[in-house]
Amino acid sequence: MVNMIWNMGSWLLMKLLRLILLLVALSIITFTLMNVSPIDPVQAYIGADAMRVGPEQRQAIAEYWGLDAPPLQQYLHWMSALVRGDLGTSMIYRAPVTDVIGERFVHSLALMSVSWIFTGLVGFFMGVIAAMYKGRLLDRLVTGYCYLIASTPTFWMGLLLLVVFAVWLGWLPFGLGVPAGVLAEDVTLADRIHHLLLPALTLSLIGIAPIALHTREKLLDVLSSEYVLYARAQGERGFTLWRRHGLRNILLPALTLQFTSFSELFGGAVLAEQVFSYPGLGQAAVESGLRGDVPLLMGIVLCSALFVFVGNMLADLLYRFIDPRMRKGGAGG
Amino acid sequence: MHAKKHRSTDVPMYSRLNRRGLFRGQRTNRRGLFRGQRTNRRRRALVTITCVTVILMGIVIAGTMLGDARLATQLEQRNQAPSMTHWFGTDLLGRDMFVRTVKGLSLSIQVGLAGAAISSMIAAVVGLLAATAGRTIDRMISWLIDLFLSVPHLVTMILIAFVCGGGLTGIMIGIGLTHWPSLARVMRAEALQLRSADYILISARLGRSRYWIATRHMLPHLVPQLLIGFLLMFPHAILHEAAITFLGLGLSPHEPAIGIILNESMRYLSNGMWWLAICPGVALVCVVRLFSILGDRLRLLIEPGRAR
Repeated sequence: MVNMIWNMGSWLLMKLLRLILLLVALSIITFTLMNVSPIDPVQAYIGADAMRVGPEQRQAIAEYWGLDAPPLQQYLHWMSALVRGDLGTSMIYRAPVTDVIGERFVHSLALMSVSWIFTGLVGFFMGVIAAMYKGRLLDRLVTGYCYLIASTPTFWMGLLLLVVFAVWLGWLPFGLGVPAGVLAEDVTLADRIHHLLLPALTLSLIGIAPIALHTREKLLDVLSSEYVLYARAQGERGFTLWRRHGLRNILLPALTLQFTSFSELFGGAVLAEQVFSYPGLGQAAVESGLRGDVPLLMGIVLCSALFVFVGNMLADLLYRFIDPRMRKGGAGG
Repeated sequence: MHAKKHRSTDVPMYSRLNRRGLFRGQRTNRRGLFRGQRTNRRRRALVTITCVTVILMGIVIAGTMLGDARLATQLEQRNQAPSMTHWFGTDLLGRDMFVRTVKGLSLSIQVGLAGAAISSMIAAVVGLLAATAGRTIDRMISWLIDLFLSVPHLVTMILIAFVCGGGLTGIMIGIGLTHWPSLARVMRAEALQLRSADYILISARLGRSRYWIATRHMLPHLVPQLLIGFLLMFPHAILHEAAITFLGLGLSPHEPAIGIILNESMRYLSNGMWWLAICPGVALVCVVRLFSILGDRLRLLIEPGRAR
């Protein structure tokens, strides 16, 4: 028992070290890229008012944002602020980056978690069905759908749903996170869910495909094994066969894929949020990229890396808890 | 007994001609395009590859050949739904959407081609380096791969497009820099397997340098893998290109990129102009699907054992 806790502790410590190393490397890379970029942050900040801003004011703006210092000094300054939990101030939202990210991340998290759970369950189910009915009509329907979806851009799926459900049927709202023209206090939970449905559906319909294909492949592997052949010889079939021999063997890879798909989930969310003007982190990323908001963009890069890292770490953790082989020897640690 | 059983199950699959003659014993196809003909998977794959290549080449060539004159604004013909004269309808300025779509797809394919080519080259170099240049380099490279996989592709591409200050170059570099890690892993694994082959051990014993072995002995062996990886990367590259132009990063709104066309269509959806979004989108999906079919079939030809 003590040994296990010790194992766990050292594992966590290693993960933490890796995370810190990753974030530091990432911050150096992004910072260098930003400095190499031909886009002048002062110019980006001024934007359309370029004609009305004189050289003295430019100087003042550069000084205010600390842009006149040499790059290394700028980086160290930014880094020391980062350690204190301060990511700087967003130029387009005129608010601390941490606040902007925090507020938007809640919205994105709602969207992503809904579609994540839905995708996992439905995708797993579809994969199982396809594998159990291999070569039959159901299988061909599922795989056909999956291959078609694999070539469909997320944002176009969003447009399609928008045309069908918002324009033709008029069931669901056209976009945004909350109804337009309603005070923030008056927005009910039902309103929010109503606005969440379409983006979440978009993400889910796209996300199902890889999960279903993966599950199908794994289950087919299991079904072609000798112990399943033996079980079949003993007369087991259908649901019982799957429950006794299939489920446990495909659960682990399915869960791993589910947790390591955070990266694609985030990418999909960026697109879905853009289509539906949903006020999430992805939309902020696009805005910051379009309008040259360097602090916010860097904050989002670090934040998304953290998000993906947490997903991978949870996958590792689950592996250790579910698979007794990993627990006993600690071989994988 | 045995013979009878054999006949009862297999006879329906043979055509009459098949029982004697050159193709005796070869099955005829029961479904699909080649119904009733004697073909094998390989031959069918070849035909599919040819057809798909012709279609895709046709789109690229048509996109570059079609002059801008076809895109002239014809204000008396604006906002038309799809018809025989305008297959995909016309937009707010009376431009023919079919021409715009073909031009956009052509641009997307070219950008995807460049991006995927950059990516495969990086993958080949990195994979070979990891397998041949010693343990330290190997560790560094696997860390680098982890680093690149740690940020969502789309966020990386937004970052790169921003850093490059827009334009096609930014998109190509963005695609090139985000798609190599998985292929690099495959390359590394293949090269590691090759490393213990006899001829390479002998070559090393004869005093050839690692660089010589990597470029002269290993690279030629990896070319088929590289080609397959390149082609399978293609659908992703085009989808990402469409996504990044859709987000408005990179190209100016005047370029006929497919993402920009779709982005534009968003503004008119509420007016019931569905064709602006649906038609180019369907065309895009078809092109991407064709590319993935091409990759799959080519894999079937090059390494029949591993294809699904």
